[in-house]
Amino acid sequence: MYGFGLLKGFSVTALNMARTPFTVQYPDRRVGLFGLAQASGMNPLQFAMKRPGDAVRAILGMAKIKVELPQAPRFRGQDFIWYVERCTGCASCAKLCPLGIIRIVTDPAGRETQEGEVYDVEVFDIDLARCMACGICVEVCPYDALHMGSGFERSKYAFKNLLITVDELKQMPKRPSTWFRPQLEAKGYDPHTGNEADWRLVGRHEMPNLTQLKKSWVDDRTK
Amino acid sequence: MTDAFLENAFFRNIYCNLASSASPRCAGGGPFGDGMFPAGMEWLAFLITAFVIIFLVVNAALLAVNIYIWGERRLVARLQARLGPNRWGPYGLLTPIADLIKILTKEDIVPAAADRLVFNLAPVLIVVPVLLVFAVIPFASSTWVADLNVGVLYIIAVLSVGSYSAVMAGWGSQNRYAMLGAFRAVALLVSYELPMVLALIGVLMITGSMSLVDVVHDQNVPFALVQPLGFLIFLIGSVAEIQRPPFDLAEAESELIGGYHTDYSGIKWGLFQAGEFMATIASAAIITTLFLSGWRGWGFLPSHIWFLIKLVAVLFAMTWLRGTLPRLRIDQVTAFAWKGLLPLAALNLVVSGVLSFIWPAPGVAELWVMAIVNLAVAAVSIFTLGLLLGPRPGERTTPAGSAVFMPAKREGTA
Amino acid sequence: MTLRTEPVTINIGPHHPSTHGVFRLRVTFDGEVIVDAEPVFGYLHRGTEKLAEERTYVQFVTLTDRMDYVASMTNNQGWVLAVEKLAGITPSPRGVWLRMISAELQRIASHLVAIGFFLQDLGAFATPLMYTMRERERILDLFEILCGARITYSYMRPGGVFQDAPQEFWPRLDTFLKEMPHYVDEYERLISGNEIVLVRTKGIGKVPADTLINASASGPILRAAGVDWDLRKKDPYEFYDRVKFDLPLAKESDNFARYIVRIQEMRESLKIVTHCKEQIEPGPVRPKEVPFLVRPPRGDAYAHIEAPKGELGYYVVSDGSIAPYRCHVRAPSFINLTLLRDMLVGWKVADMIVTFGSIDINMGEVDR
Repeated sequence: MYGFGLLKGFSVTALNMARTPFTVQYPDRRVGLFGLAQASGMNPLQFAMKRPGDAVRAILGMAKIKVELPQAPRFRGQDFIWYVERCTGCASCAKLCPLGIIRIVTDPAGRETQEGEVYDVEVFDIDLARCMACGICVEVCPYDALHMGSGFERSKYAFKNLLITVDELKQMPKRPSTWFRPQLEAKGYDPHTGNEADWRLVGRHEMPNLTQLKKSWVDDRTK
Repeated sequence: MTDAFLENAFFRNIYCNLASSASPRCAGGGPFGDGMFPAGMEWLAFLITAFVIIFLVVNAALLAVNIYIWGERRLVARLQARLGPNRWGPYGLLTPIADLIKILTKEDIVPAAADRLVFNLAPVLIVVPVLLVFAVIPFASSTWVADLNVGVLYIIAVLSVGSYSAVMAGWGSQNRYAMLGAFRAVALLVSYELPMVLALIGVLMITGSMSLVDVVHDQNVPFALVQPLGFLIFLIGSVAEIQRPPFDLAEAESELIGGYHTDYSGIKWGLFQAGEFMATIASAAIITTLFLSGWRGWGFLPSHIWFLIKLVAVLFAMTWLRGTLPRLRIDQVTAFAWKGLLPLAALNLVVSGVLSFIWPAPGVAELWVMAIVNLAVAAVSIFTLGLLLGPRPGERTTPAGSAVFMPAKREGTA
Repeated sequence: MTLRTEPVTINIGPHHPSTHGVFRLRVTFDGEVIVDAEPVFGYLHRGTEKLAEERTYVQFVTLTDRMDYVASMTNNQGWVLAVEKLAGITPSPRGVWLRMISAELQRIASHLVAIGFFLQDLGAFATPLMYTMRERERILDLFEILCGARITYSYMRPGGVFQDAPQEFWPRLDTFLKEMPHYVDEYERLISGNEIVLVRTKGIGKVPADTLINASASGPILRAAGVDWDLRKKDPYEFYDRVKFDLPLAKESDNFARYIVRIQEMRESLKIVTHCKEQIEPGPVRPKEVPFLVRPPRGDAYAHIEAPKGELGYYVVSDGSIAPYRCHVRAPSFINLTLLRDMLVGWKVADMIVTFGSIDINMGEVDR
């Protein structure tokens, strides 16, 4: 009553004014002199002597440094990591995608495949414009060939540019998310900045041999 | 063209440098140059001087608006634990300029059903009166554009013209949201003008003059202390009059989208925003002048710096209000004005009248006595009023007509 | 003297800034007083129930995310409970605890959004909203660690959850549980005692308890009317009978009561998360024998949970195939929204938006 509640509210906003803002700046972050000097590993005085121009810019609040956003290793990004060596072309992902946005064409020439051989995947289109990053395609892949990616900067001006083709999948840097592939979590693997990992290092196993295939594909599922 | 202008140092410097040294008005005024115009051409010097000063003041006001928009956005952001604009220019200072460019390049839409003349005139009418206010405000010990002997009256009269703009915008848009906003603006103006003016009379009784320059000269003790009740009422009233939160009912964005400027776009909308922010600055300047002893301060800083410090402090308080408080409802706002502020203002008037009857020309000591008496009166009266009014649960109105409510029409939009 | 006044009909929405989505309210005003109000919805209808008939039971988990998009976890939970009931799956205990933890965190996040936007509708220039969003961000960070997504999680599966929580999740959760009560206190300091909030919300938007029961309303609205109804207590699903928590109730059934019930529920949810964290034990999060393509026997099942907005129920009919034959969602927002007219008529324009905000609806769930 008598506005004391209002005054309490003013104290709360004043308290929050003193707090560090929770805004995350992206793609770059404005820094002052101290921040810039810290980023380049010097003390501010040293920095001002060495790079006076940058120091003035920093004091004026115009200096910026690149930001690396913290990203959870399980982050389901907007791209897909595909290990062509492991893919057999079974198209489980295409069948079980809730939206039906994956299109796979294997061996249209009708090549005779031998036992243990894989199909050549000729077309592997993922329509990212409709993808909702649910990750079911990854979950159902029996051979660990498809992983969620960890990228998130794939905005394009046209829908047709959002289509991921097989060539792009082959060339994409291998930075898989650990979603549904928990083996990656062992050493605190950071998918955003982490080194490119060889497919042998990030899979559940190496390119599966027949015994392993039978185990994961038949025995485990009929239990 | 009276000699009164020459009391203004600002004006005198320009005028006497332009006019002939033989001009009688500048004799003995100081070391001026020979002048540019021959004798007899003083009218030209006067004209040029006047234009220069108007140009300076108008542009200073517009620049101040830009800086203030930036400052308010930064401050509100910090109150909300955010960062605020920091991308464009040093510390984001150029953000208002970028906004201005965006606004200027946007399409200017006039609704088909709008009353074009009224619709287009409204944004102009919100900016001009506010600019006029700056004419009478003494920014420093000898810097003002005009020293009107009816300054306070002039301010009250000119500021309330702004509400015409709201009505015109609401009417001209032919939009029901805008109309509701305009009605609310008028209701606010009618409710809050009265307590505001009554609160000012207390100040005028002490100074005995309506000229703002005289008011500042007589403020040996800031009138915020001598007239605490008047200060409070005037502060609340001016926040309500310029329609800032918690009294921003006329443009309540959660109810009326934009209120009276719902249908405006582009630079016309920009003029509304500029007008509002300028009105905030003008109100802060008026409060500084009337209640916070204007440009007066201690000697170690020049007088215009003192004025600026007080102005920024008032603006800070207004922004803090905006960042903290939710909005009131229209009936609560008007009830607060009529049942709360008006009796308080009347009481303040009576007490001030008695006190200035006792001390017709108060000195510093008498002013302090007045301050103590008035503070006591303010505390007791606010307490009593709080007991009398108190917060009450809302009352549901039975809609006029019948117990059976009007069925909404099914066909066609309204 | 009585002035002759004329009622004015206005469409609030579907693109009004504070209708919480694409909702349209056709209101008749007499001056500032509301004479009539007619909610019109369906602008966000996506046919989710029909889509379920062509998706497998696991695939539909991803679509339940899109219904109440500020409380996706509880949507997942209701669906997997229905499927488990239908197919007779016994979930893994660790999976159930994880489901409870995420559901209660989601309840806090949803109530934070509700309170923030309620105050935004009161005209508080986004300040409380920013504060609540700040804490919601922390919950979303937790969810990102947990399942890699921030809004549409698809975390739960019939039988448990798809993946165990990683190591770094638990210390973050501890920090959150330690700090969150202080933030709730801060909201209370900012909002609960604020005189303007009090005069704007107390006694406004009142609905009697029997009207609420007759309209089968549920959730915080019902509890704000003093009706002791919470499915976590009345029909304990998962392990809610193993955790201790109180049921905050209010009597007034006005806007302020709804707000204060939500604040208290956030505190209770924090308690529940703490209890879950103490009782969780290692083990698989999903039984191995549950296949990806669940094939329930012929029959039907109805499972309901206490979602942040009320009773969320899924009715599923199976014909023995991999996809449901029919699915119906009992959406709490939709049923609570039908009371809007009773709450609004007779109040002012400004109360309309506030009352609407206090119901806390989500158009994605209303229209489905």
